[in-house]
Amino acid sequence: MSLMNVFAISGSAVSAQSKRLNVVASNLANADAVAGPDGQPYKARQIQFETVASGEGDVAGVRVAGVLETQAPVRRVLEPGNPLADSDGYVTHSNVNVVDEMVNMISASRSYQNNVEVMNTARTLLSKTLQMGQ
Amino acid sequence: MNLLTAKIAAQGQALELLAERQKVLAGNIANADTPGYQARDFDFARALAEARGQGGSALATTAAGHLDTGGGAAGVTPTVQLEWRTPDQPALDGNTVDLDRERASFADNALRYEATLRFINQDVKNMLSAITGQ
Repeated sequence: MSLMNVFAISGSAVSAQSKRLNVVASNLANADAVAGPDGQPYKARQIQFETVASGEGDVAGVRVAGVLETQAPVRRVLEPGNPLADSDGYVTHSNVNVVDEMVNMISASRSYQNNVEVMNTARTLLSKTLQMGQ
Repeated sequence: MNLLTAKIAAQGQALELLAERQKVLAGNIANADTPGYQARDFDFARALAEARGQGGSALATTAAGHLDTGGGAAGVTPTVQLEWRTPDQPALDGNTVDLDRERASFADNALRYEATLRFINQDVKNMLSAITGQ
């Protein structure tokens, strides 16, 4: 049944978008982080989507291929009084761009909603198909 | 082909193709954020015409009085030829999904599916009333 595959396809998209939302949440939470567990400043993460074949035919779902660290330069702020400052008095902050992350968040949430709507439509159609001839 | 169910079988083919298209469109919506994804679709009218042309009649008409059962055998699974979408506004990452267009097509296709279901249901009702004679 073709419509059953809609759930697999849209489900994969919903899962991928929620992972993207997780990464955004992590970035936003660490926007002001000065040092991570390894002593290095937090590097913003970016998610990478990849098309995945759903088995039969050419119709495909989506999956997360990987989570990459953003190559944007870190932010150095002059805070001579900070105990973490280097010899020049600069503290290295994370390279999270809060505006970028907010845009990313809205985009992920819209895509999530779109795919949920697709699944709802498919569910309605399937239940009507099951009632066929009654 | 059974003359009683010929109409329903024809509607069934349309239903199958509509479900297939729904799946393709769901795949496009799922991959709206995947870099390099090429949106796909197929010509429903042409696929249906091809499906109807397949098979031929199951009953041979050997006398002038025989009823023509028409083309389009039941039980023939329609096959579709997927094509690529031509993007109106190509994205920098090579993605050719136009979300507005995909959503419109998805809603349109869902409505067609529901309409076809209603036709089938009405055909069943008509047949039942013919059988029961009430």
